[in-house]
Amino acid sequence: MSIASPRSAQGREFLAGCRDELPILLGVAPFGMIYGLLALGAGLPALTAQAMSSVVFAGSAQFIATQLIREGAPAVVLVVTVFVVNLRHALYSASVAPRLQHLGTGWKLVLAYLLTDEAYAVAASRYARDGDRPDVSPHRHWYFLGAGLTLWAAWQASTAAGVFLGAAVPQRWSLDFTLALTFIALVIPALKDVAAAAAAIAAGLLAVMVVGVPYKLGLVLAALVGILVGLLVDARRA
Amino acid sequence: MSWFPVLVVAGLVTFAIRLSFIALLGKVELPPIVTHALRFVPPAVLSAIVFPELLVREGALDLRPGNLRLVAGVVAALVAWRTRNVVLTIAVGMAALWTLQALVPA
Repeated sequence: MSIASPRSAQGREFLAGCRDELPILLGVAPFGMIYGLLALGAGLPALTAQAMSSVVFAGSAQFIATQLIREGAPAVVLVVTVFVVNLRHALYSASVAPRLQHLGTGWKLVLAYLLTDEAYAVAASRYARDGDRPDVSPHRHWYFLGAGLTLWAAWQASTAAGVFLGAAVPQRWSLDFTLALTFIALVIPALKDVAAAAAAIAAGLLAVMVVGVPYKLGLVLAALVGILVGLLVDARRA
Repeated sequence: MSWFPVLVVAGLVTFAIRLSFIALLGKVELPPIVTHALRFVPPAVLSAIVFPELLVREGALDLRPGNLRLVAGVVAALVAWRTRNVVLTIAVGMAALWTLQALVPA
């Protein structure tokens, strides 16, 4: 898989994907730096903190994993939580699958690895723009690759910056609070309707009530009950 | 204990989720109830983390105004609601916490 010169159709698609991903990096780069800071604060060695960004490569899951590591949760809880948090990617996978059906295994593996929220957002809007036109480019997977790799590189670089700065930040700055703030910033736009708000409030209140439950199992329980409440409220309104 | 092997497993789980339908060639569909439930994953999981961070101090519910993280968190939530801007929410929330810490004696 070599990167063709920009004069070729593949190269143009690749660069267009890179370019369309750029605006999203404004939001991603600070996020990656904060992750790097928090991962060190949670007691991870610098190399492990950096490795998580390429091994797991999923922003919110990495933040939550960092939180669990800080609180000394067992490994099983970490893996189950990452699974639950990343389940939404199955939706993205289902959504892009028909567009990637003609590709070889290598392409499918690489693009699946790069299928983050941010790469999906850019690739999916491209597919939506193209619609069902018969003359769409046969090289759209290069566009997806460009968007995905741009995000990947930015995520690795911003993590490294955070890890590097982390050692210099004193604890009285309360930078661990940025974790809660990041989640607040992410959860508010997700409250699109009454059902989503009900899911959030139910999960949040239950999580407060079960805060003494060992091994952070309360978090998984609260999230599952929240999802159930969301479904019930939705069913009643339908 | 080294977390690295655990993170490798978490990474493989994440990769398997992302690959799932791409590998199945889009021939298999999620049951509608699952698709529907996935919509509630972000609000439920994120609140289950945020609520205790703001409301619980030293293992007990703390709704007093002296709970500075709660006050700063509410300010940040208002910013998130009005602007939907992640960076601005973090910036205002941290500024609020630092201001309160400076004003209120520990």
